Amino acid sequence: MKNLVLTTAAIALSAGMAFAGSHSVVRMGTEGAYPPYNYIDDNGEVAGFERELGDELCARAELTCEWVTNDWDSIIPNLVSGNYDTIIAGMSITDERKEKIDFTTNYTQPDPSAYLAMSADVDVANGVIAAQASTIQASYIAEMGATLLEFATPEETIAAVRNGEADAVLADAAYLGPIAAESADMVMLEQTVLIGGGVGMGIRKSDTELRDKFTAAIESMKADGSLNALIAKYEIGEPF
Amino acid sequence: MRCPIFSFCADPDTLGQLQWFLCYFTTAKHAGLYIAVGTVLLLLAVTAPVALAFGFAGAVAARSSFLPVTLFGRGYIAIVRGVPDIAFFLFFIIALDQFLEWIRHNIKCPDWTDPIRQGNDFVVCQAAKLPLGTAPQWVHESYGFALAVFTFSIVFGAFAANVLFGAMQAVPHAQTETAAAYGMTQRQTFWRIVVPQMWVYALPGLGNLWMVLIKATPLLFLLGIEDIVYWARELGGIKTARFTDYPHGDWRMWYFLALLVFYLAFTKVSEVFLDRVMKRLTHGQATAGGEAQRKGLA
Repeated sequence: MKNLVLTTAAIALSAGMAFAGSHSVVRMGTEGAYPPYNYIDDNGEVAGFERELGDELCARAELTCEWVTNDWDSIIPNLVSGNYDTIIAGMSITDERKEKIDFTTNYTQPDPSAYLAMSADVDVANGVIAAQASTIQASYIAEMGATLLEFATPEETIAAVRNGEADAVLADAAYLGPIAAESADMVMLEQTVLIGGGVGMGIRKSDTELRDKFTAAIESMKADGSLNALIAKYEIGEPF
Repeated sequence: MRCPIFSFCADPDTLGQLQWFLCYFTTAKHAGLYIAVGTVLLLLAVTAPVALAFGFAGAVAARSSFLPVTLFGRGYIAIVRGVPDIAFFLFFIIALDQFLEWIRHNIKCPDWTDPIRQGNDFVVCQAAKLPLGTAPQWVHESYGFALAVFTFSIVFGAFAANVLFGAMQAVPHAQTETAAAYGMTQRQTFWRIVVPQMWVYALPGLGNLWMVLIKATPLLFLLGIEDIVYWARELGGIKTARFTDYPHGDWRMWYFLALLVFYLAFTKVSEVFLDRVMKRLTHGQATAGGEAQRKGLA
């Protein structure tokens, strides 16, 4: 009985809180498989550039945030369906994505994408290039005319190059850097390509209030230099 | 904050092989994998009886002499069996979730004037969210798990219904006719004659379904639940020293090998168990198996 009363009270309370603000808890959706942007650390927690950035943004916007991971393939459908409130997963701002969701202002410069291959003399224009599905790199390869090999996770794109399925992988230079540094057998090609309009947080189109709050928080971090410090710490690319 | 189980794990770089692995396998991240094993077993334990109940209801409905009920039963079996699992798991679950939220929205926020569908967005009032946005993460996970059980049950229930339907038809007609001759009503015949005898015909088909269900659990990931295959992929992937204390190369092969052993052992145990059940069910039945048992005893 006591339990029942407590539960009822808890439900009433949480319902009241839900009415109070339109977002009492903001659920931050990420992939958790794309270091240094976001990954799962040894403690099983979301970590990385976007974790630190997101926590700081929430503090500045005075929001309570909670982190959830979601498969990359279904990350946009689950946002618009309301399972979480933001996507903060190294997602570049593109026109195609803007048709479905809104973005905050970008919190990284367009990060140069780079090729990682087994040898430096790979012909990327005519070869088989691996990329993660539904990324800007995948659409870039498709348009460029090389043979595109798509994988669900970034991890598999690297493996595809290792086992010879693909000649090279195209991904954000920040992601490939640490891998190239620790794999003696793989090399980053000199040439890089600039695609996308930088990375921003994806937010439902109907949620303009939340978008403006985060944009304001990002602008304030840009203004006081703390964003640049984070970018330098995680070697994400050029500062603002 | 790190609280390793073994005190010597504080500085993994200095460890010998055995200790390194001891520490590696006891990280909080690996706990995710161990919990996922429990999740999968729990899903199977809950889904199997629920799916069987769905299947039984479906089979009874399909056999009904009342036309709308028959059509409903047959429709359920035909539609779910015909739709590819993946499509079912991707669309049905989102539709179900939105349907529940839509109902709650109509009850809880009658004064809401904005449209629920705004372009691509599905927007209900915060109070109608399922679970509430304020709910802790474990509530979200339990809700997702419940949806998963329900979806699995509907899908496997349809297959089970088909198996049970066939099994009910397979009970020899002489048996039901004799029951009628003794003056049993249709209901009595069904519960006293058909149901006890049909299991022996249903078991091979149901056993098959159980095996398929075991192997279908990785579909959980489509429903946003982190299952063992997700963790095997995540833990096995290349880890560079910048992002972990336990850097290693591509170990996915070893993790998937462990999964292979897990699934094989699990299906083996199931087979042994199903064989035993089959032996018990055949006892005294007018089937080839029952006859063999009778002769063996004599």
